[in-house]
Amino acid sequence: MIAANSPVPRPADARLLVIDGDGHVSQAPRARWLDFLERGDLVVANDAATLPASLAGMHGASGAPIELRLAAWRSPMFRSSPEMDAVVFGAGDYRTRTEDRALPPRLQVGDALVFGSLRATVTRILAPGRFVRVRFDMPLADFWRELAGHGKPIQYAHMREPLALWDVWTTVAAMPVAFEPPSAGFLLDWRNLASLPARGIRFATLTHAAGLSSTGDRDLDHRLPLDEWYRIPESTAKAIRRALLDGGKVIAIGTTVVRALEHAARHGDEVASGEGVATGRIDASTRLRIVDAVLTGTHERGSSHHELLRAFASDRALTTGQDALDRHAYRTHEFGDSMLVFRRRMRARARNERALPSAA
Amino acid sequence: MDQSTPSRHHPLRGLRVLVTGGTSGLGRALVDELHQHGASVAFVARSEAAVARVAQEVPHALGIAGDVADKQAIHRIALQALGWRGGLDVLVNNASSLGPVPLAPLADTDCEAFEEALDTNVLGPFRLTKALLGALAASAREGRGGVVVNVSSDAAVNAYPNWGAYGASKAALLHMTRIWNEECAALGIRLLSFDPGDMDTPLHKLAVPEADPATLRRPRASARALVHAVAEAVRRARPADSDARTERAAASA
Repeated sequence: MIAANSPVPRPADARLLVIDGDGHVSQAPRARWLDFLERGDLVVANDAATLPASLAGMHGASGAPIELRLAAWRSPMFRSSPEMDAVVFGAGDYRTRTEDRALPPRLQVGDALVFGSLRATVTRILAPGRFVRVRFDMPLADFWRELAGHGKPIQYAHMREPLALWDVWTTVAAMPVAFEPPSAGFLLDWRNLASLPARGIRFATLTHAAGLSSTGDRDLDHRLPLDEWYRIPESTAKAIRRALLDGGKVIAIGTTVVRALEHAARHGDEVASGEGVATGRIDASTRLRIVDAVLTGTHERGSSHHELLRAFASDRALTTGQDALDRHAYRTHEFGDSMLVFRRRMRARARNERALPSAA
Repeated sequence: MDQSTPSRHHPLRGLRVLVTGGTSGLGRALVDELHQHGASVAFVARSEAAVARVAQEVPHALGIAGDVADKQAIHRIALQALGWRGGLDVLVNNASSLGPVPLAPLADTDCEAFEEALDTNVLGPFRLTKALLGALAASAREGRGGVVVNVSSDAAVNAYPNWGAYGASKAALLHMTRIWNEECAALGIRLLSFDPGDMDTPLHKLAVPEADPATLRRPRASARALVHAVAEAVRRARPADSDARTERAAASA
């Protein structure tokens, strides 16, 4: 695969690799993705807008330059003084690959981190070196003003130009809670969405605070994805109940949607509306209760995104798919090509059982 | 971030509203009127000092300093408005520019003055609405709102000499509103134009310095009428039953 290095959300030549429920692999122009869906299906997207989560400033005690990358929060529902997990880098910027970034000065609880008129305090060391919890001691209105003024979207070494905030907001972006873009949603445009009713396909959203996708530290990266806050509107929970009863498929736009829906249904076979914090990984051992297919970017083997696909398709099907991605030089990363992976087809009996209220 | 469901008392109670040009004239009156009806009000204006003053006068309102005519400022404004309460239900594009001051015949109008009118009155509302459309669509899906009001003028439809830059830009805004409203119907978002009439405001004083204020409408009266129009649109939008829309469309397909 090759890196997509230009922030065009819907390139005309974007491609789609499809792994169907029988493990067959096919390819199509991505613009045709809706043709793989059927009447009665429900498309669920993550409407999180992306924060300008990278702050350049200095470590108060030493005066050393740092970059703070806000990484995750267990809830964005603050009245004041928002607190979140963050990764701290030393001198340098995104043009150095994350893995090669310098460590920050030694950090301690109580340290001030200063970004112009925005100040954070280290409230916890989450891992030695660079992973901390920080709090911004200020009224909420001031926090958003200062973040808007000083923050930049998290940048990527493979991009030709730095990303602006508008580059990292999807069409459906609503609540600014994601630390990196829920990038599968880049394929959505209003023309797509307006065409859904005529196709008999429903559309719903949830908000999932997608966390930092890479920390530059191998041990920390093993802890990804971080615990992530989500909120499922009642209208979305209702649409899912209805799709399941009608035998329609639930199509998740992005791995964050899979994570939120499967977490919300972890105690039964029904998605509860409201807020939650998604924990743990989805992998080959996960029994999917809600999501029938995921539309996602192309991911390297071994990444947590790739592991999640093993809940949907057999290793054999995924290997065939991965070989096709390599052979045909699919583009990877945030603005790359896409995959649509359907869940292994189950026997009819098992499928029917799922539609019933939890019998256990 | 307040996600509370609006109560039955007034359709605007608990709704998250953003008003541009919120520190003077109609916008300032709107901030008060919306606040009094229980809305969560954020407002934008260019002058930091004026924003700070109004934020002091209206407790619980969020003041945002920014220029809607500046492309670079749009997402910073949107981020603050959305972050503060977790979303947006109603957007009022009220900030306006006259173009040349004093008003001038088109042939005497500097290109830059015309551009300023277009930036503030057409491109600003276009960009801000576009940046906030995801949030407004989410609001509509949840049956809360999803309403955009673009402040218009009779100069958008009548050919008043000397009002060329302003009138042409407001005509463009009016037509954009109508087209966008058609395109957004399936999403449950409503866009409407509102003509507040000739009001006793700083903008009107710039345009017609010799006008007798006693003959002009009070901004408060226009604000009340605008809020009433928003309330009607919100009421009609609920419940935003996307299932019903899907079925209607599927039946006619």
